[in-house]
Amino acid sequence: MSFEKFLFYLFAALMIGAALMVITRRNPVHSVLFLVLAFFNAAGLWMLAEAEFLAIALVLVYVGAVMVLFLFVVMMLDINLAELRAGFVRNMPVALLVAVVMMVELALVLGPSRFGLDQYAAPAHRPADYSNTTELGLALFTRHLYAFEIAAVILLVGIVAAISLTLRRRPDSKYLDPGRQVTVKARDRLRVVRMQAEERE
Amino acid sequence: MIALSDYLIVAAILFSVSVAGIFLNRKNVLLLLMCIELMLLAVNINFIAFSHFLGDVAGQIFVFFILTVAAAEAAIGLAILVVLFRSRRTINVADLDALKG
Repeated sequence: MSFEKFLFYLFAALMIGAALMVITRRNPVHSVLFLVLAFFNAAGLWMLAEAEFLAIALVLVYVGAVMVLFLFVVMMLDINLAELRAGFVRNMPVALLVAVVMMVELALVLGPSRFGLDQYAAPAHRPADYSNTTELGLALFTRHLYAFEIAAVILLVGIVAAISLTLRRRPDSKYLDPGRQVTVKARDRLRVVRMQAEERE
Repeated sequence: MIALSDYLIVAAILFSVSVAGIFLNRKNVLLLLMCIELMLLAVNINFIAFSHFLGDVAGQIFVFFILTVAAAEAAIGLAILVVLFRSRRTINVADLDALKG
């Protein structure tokens, strides 16, 4: 068994194992941490398939941002765990049945008889000066430019939606409205009163 | 050498595991979101594998956009979850029956 094959099976086994731990742990914090492990191993698999840019992006963007967001939310919510676990054992046979049937069907369709090395020969390794990032950037900024800009808009919508959903006005906060602050005039605040001077006694 | 079918079967196993996770944890919205992330990861592995074996960079472009959309989806989903927890004090799917007739 070549070293490449060994790495492939190591990453794949760790990823599947981590995924199994994600769906079976009692504590959601542990689930998120195993999800991080699964993403790391998936990045290793992508690296073996010579998708270097996306492997690094998966670790930086997914593990670095999205999973940390998950972790924050899981830790902030005070969840009653026992209530959420109800029905875990009862649903187990159905889940196993569906998963096994689906896995067997997919394996029959995608097995080595149709997608093996005879049908799809392994491509030759890229030379050392080949840049995956350059090729991805060339495709992204020429043929897929509109889709790229739409993706940017989707991210903007995501930011606006997430902030506006979770923003709340608290009546007891000492919030100042900057719009009203900048439109205020001096005469609204200060009144000059003219009055008769009085003699000193 | 690693065959295309190896990648596809690993992704298929990952997808089946996450489907089982949706069945097992159907009370917990957080776990449901995590299982959806795992499903998207399985799909992305398929795209990367086909991109590698067909020598076409378009598969990686697709993965790029799936990652973008998944990040936005996770952000909005978690925001909805936080709002839900603030108003109902629970994230149990069985308790969310306000629209039931």
